[in-house]
Order: sequence, then structure tokens, then C-alpha cells
Amino acid sequence: MDKTINQKAWFLVLPVFLVVAFSAVLPLMTVVNYSMQDTFGNNQFFWNGVGWFKELLDPSTDLGGRFLASLGRNLFFSLVILAIEVPLGIVVALSMPRQGWTVAACLVILALPLLIPWNVVGTIWQIFGRPDIGLLGYVLNAVGIDYNYVSNDVDAWVTVIVMDVWHWTSLVALLCYAGLKSIPEAYYQAAQIDGASRWAVFKAIQLPKMNRVLLIAVLLRFMDSFMIYTEPFVVTGGGPGNSTTFVSIELVKIALGQFDLGKAAALSLVYNLIILIVCWIFYTVMTNAGSDRKPQEGAA
Amino acid sequence: MHSIPGRRLIMGLFLIFLLLPIYWLVNMSFKTNAEIVSTMTLWPHAPTLQHYKRIFTDESWYSGYINSLEYVILNTIISISVALPAAYAFSRYRFLGDKHLFFWLLSNRMAPAAVYALPFFNLYSAIGLFDTPWAVALAHCIFNVPLAVWILEGFVSGVPREIDETAFLDGYSFPRFFVRILVPLIASGIGVAAFFCFMFSWVELLLARTLTSVQTKPIAAIMTRTVSAAGMDWGLLAAAGVLTIIPGALVIWFVRNYIARGFALGRV
Repeated sequence: MDKTINQKAWFLVLPVFLVVAFSAVLPLMTVVNYSMQDTFGNNQFFWNGVGWFKELLDPSTDLGGRFLASLGRNLFFSLVILAIEVPLGIVVALSMPRQGWTVAACLVILALPLLIPWNVVGTIWQIFGRPDIGLLGYVLNAVGIDYNYVSNDVDAWVTVIVMDVWHWTSLVALLCYAGLKSIPEAYYQAAQIDGASRWAVFKAIQLPKMNRVLLIAVLLRFMDSFMIYTEPFVVTGGGPGNSTTFVSIELVKIALGQFDLGKAAALSLVYNLIILIVCWIFYTVMTNAGSDRKPQEGAA
Repeated sequence: MHSIPGRRLIMGLFLIFLLLPIYWLVNMSFKTNAEIVSTMTLWPHAPTLQHYKRIFTDESWYSGYINSLEYVILNTIISISVALPAAYAFSRYRFLGDKHLFFWLLSNRMAPAAVYALPFFNLYSAIGLFDTPWAVALAHCIFNVPLAVWILEGFVSGVPREIDETAFLDGYSFPRFFVRILVPLIASGIGVAAFFCFMFSWVELLLARTLTSVQTKPIAAIMTRTVSAAGMDWGLLAAAGVLTIIPGALVIWFVRNYIARGFALGRV
């Protein structure tokens, strides 16, 4: 579809531009401002140049050590949940019933965890995993597995990961399901006539059709898990020790806990920059995938 | 041919995995605290409504739900009304900086809320909106407006351009065309976008908590009060949690037929 060039379209975009600029640009300027200064309270600020940034990227300092450690934990966390949620989401999408009332029922139940406030998700798992009053913790301990997410690093990690899988696999599944639904029946009939195996159908028909939505899913999940805050904060509080302290938790600790505005601002900018770069890759790949697809549609 | 062997079993197991923790929360909300702490029971042996009663009769509790709904609805209305014209512009026209603008919007959807917590606090305190529903509603626009633009753009692009042209030939002015023809055509898209705005505003806590103190505390922040010197009030916490799930469940029920397309952001 050819778009016409019309500069007056800016008038239609203007409200969005103003609203988002008000909530994004103004606060971001404050952050840039803080990141160059030091404060000792009483609203007195001192020029610190790029000092905070140097400290942030140097693992031998306190700030840098904490930042890089939480960044590493966060990356590991994101990779693990992607490795679980994407295949599981595809399998669940393929397992969706074909018609009848069960479709609606499954969709509603699948979507349910997505609509629960994030701190309640934390609360649910905090309760569910407790060895004394939670079903999961109780059963695990009853069958002889020593499980306690409050004191054991590994248990805390497992809990946070299972919680995320519980919370977000549905998103991947629903996206894939939307992709699968767009495949015309004729494709399957053709495959049947050709005697294609189940696996061949998946590889040649279903996976290519899911490509685009899978890309959305992977990148949404990467972004959101990269800035995860509320759920692990409620369940583990970042502990035991610092073992589940992710970047956002560290940032809030520094900004609102210690009120170290300069350090927090510098961290925010670097954090934002990482996300911006990943987002840019995402956007470029997405728009390219879109333009690749069009000639094919025309040919078909 | 569509689906895999053992699909009923897989689906069944996954749904159980999803429902079990929620069941446990519901189960606990009907137990007395004595029963919760002393024994492990799979269903409440002495069911009680005391926790729900407390929430519905104590103003400091139920006002939390009203406060939350207030800023969520405000945010949904603001997001959709500013996003609609923009979605049309992005879908139909090419203009100076359009791609950069779209990317910039999208990048805000991805910005971590933790980064904005403190600057938002300063900003909204400075303009006197701190501790009002407006502060939270506007703050949530940072991720909901880009999302709404993104979803609606997909739906507007699904409307054939000939319809616009015919309407203009028939003498419709732009605003009239927009309200009379375009909006009804993409009504399901607006529903989906509203659903997403509602969802992301409802589940967010960090900004909502930072931008409110006394008057407009969201329910999520009030829930933290169940920790007291006498220990956790588990039953009350569970009941409050169950009540936060209900609005979401109702909303899902209304949009269940559009959910799949909506989650693909109108792009399948």
C-alpha cells in the first residue's frame, strides 16, 4: 500500500507527541542533569562530570561491581526464561483445541495470569512456595526435597523463574496461536495430499507463519524480563543476599533507598541505553521482516 | 493435522499449572488465619468470609480499589483518544520524521519504569499533581500510548483506503469521517487497544506507588499493610489478592473473541 506524503499528518500525531514528550522527555532531562552531579542532601548539588559513569563501568568500585553483577544476573535470567517460555508457548499454542466452547475457556484461562497485578503475582508465589503454608513448598518438603526460597539461592532462582514462566508463557502462547489461526485450511490439505509428516508440517507451514509473532514475543519477553522489578521484589526482596537482585531492583535501591541521585541517574541512562539498542535491533528486524513478506503475499 | 499428539494432556497440564497457584490463593482467602498457620488443608474446613467482609466495610481498604480503577480508566481514555488520530496518520500518510517518531514512541514502551520513578516524582510534585489520579494516569501514558498507537495502526491499516476516498468524495469532513465511519469500522481494534491499556495500567505498581501517598493509594500499595507487628495477616492478603484478579477476569471475558488477534498487536 502506497502512502501519500502529507506533512499535515503531523497535526494528527501532535497530541501523542505532546503527551509522551511530557512524560518521557522532561523526566529524562532531569535524569541527565542528576547524572552529572553529586548531592549531599539539602538540595545542594556539585558538578561531577562523567565521574559516575566511570565508576559505573569499573567493576572494582562498589557501584560498578553492583551494577555489573546485577546486569549479569539479569541477562542470565532473561536467557533462561526465553529458553523455557518460547518452546513451551509454541507447544501450548499447538495444543489449543480447534473449536467449540473449550477454545474460549482456554483463552480466558491462558490470559488470566497476564491480568493479575504484578505484586499480586509475587504474593501468589510467595504464599504458594512457602514451606509452612504454601502447597508447593509443603509438597516439595514432604517428598524429601529441602526447599526454601528464603534462605537458599538456588531455590530462590527456581522460584523466580517458575513464577515468570507461569506469568508470561501465556503471552507467547497467545501470540503463536494468533499466528497459527491465520494459516488457511488449504495449506494443511495440500500437505496431507503430499503425505507430509507432522514435523514437516510444523517446519514448512506453521513455523514460517509464526515467524513474525514469535519475533514480537521474543522481544517483548526480553524487554520485560530485562526490566523486571515487582515480582521478584515481592517474593525474594532481591535475596537471599543479593542473589536475585536484578538491575531494576538495584536501581530502585540506590535511587529511592539511599537517595543517591547521581549514581541512580547514571545507572538509569546506561540501563536505558542498553534497552534502546536492543529495541533498535528489534525495530529494524521487524520492519525488514515486514517488507520481505509483502512480495510473497503478492506472489501467492 | 493442525495440532500435535497428546494435545489434550499438554493443554490440561498447563492449565492446571496456571490455575493451581490461583486456587491456593482463593482457598486461603476463605480460611481463618488459625487454620492457615496450623494445618495444611486442601480446601477450607471452616470457611469464613471475614476477610472479604473486612475489605468491603473498611474504607481504607475498599477505597484502594476505587483509586486504582480511577487512574486505570482515566489512563485508558487518554491513551485511546490521543492514539487514534496518530494511528490513522501513521497508517495512511508519510511525513517528515515519521519512522523516527514511531521508533521513539516504541522505545518508550520499552523504558524501565524504575528509571522514571524518581523524575516522575519530582515532575508531578512540581506541577501539583502528586497524589492525584491524574499523575498516575499520565505517567502510565508513557507505555500505554505507544502500545495503543501500535495496535491501532495495525487495525487502521486493515481498513481499505478506498473507504476513506469514497467518504471524502461523498462530502464528509475529516472529523465527521473519523467519528462516523472509521471508528465504527475499527471498533474491535479500539476494544483490544483499550483492553491492553487497562491491563498494563492495572498491573503496574512501581509508578503508581511512587506517585501517590495518602489520598489515592492504589490497592496494590495498600496490600503491603497486612504485615504488622502481630505477623502476617495471610487471609486478608489472600482475599485482597483475589479481589484484584476479578476486574481483569471480567475484562478478559468481554474481549475473549478478539484476544488472539489483539495479542498479535493487530498484525497477523
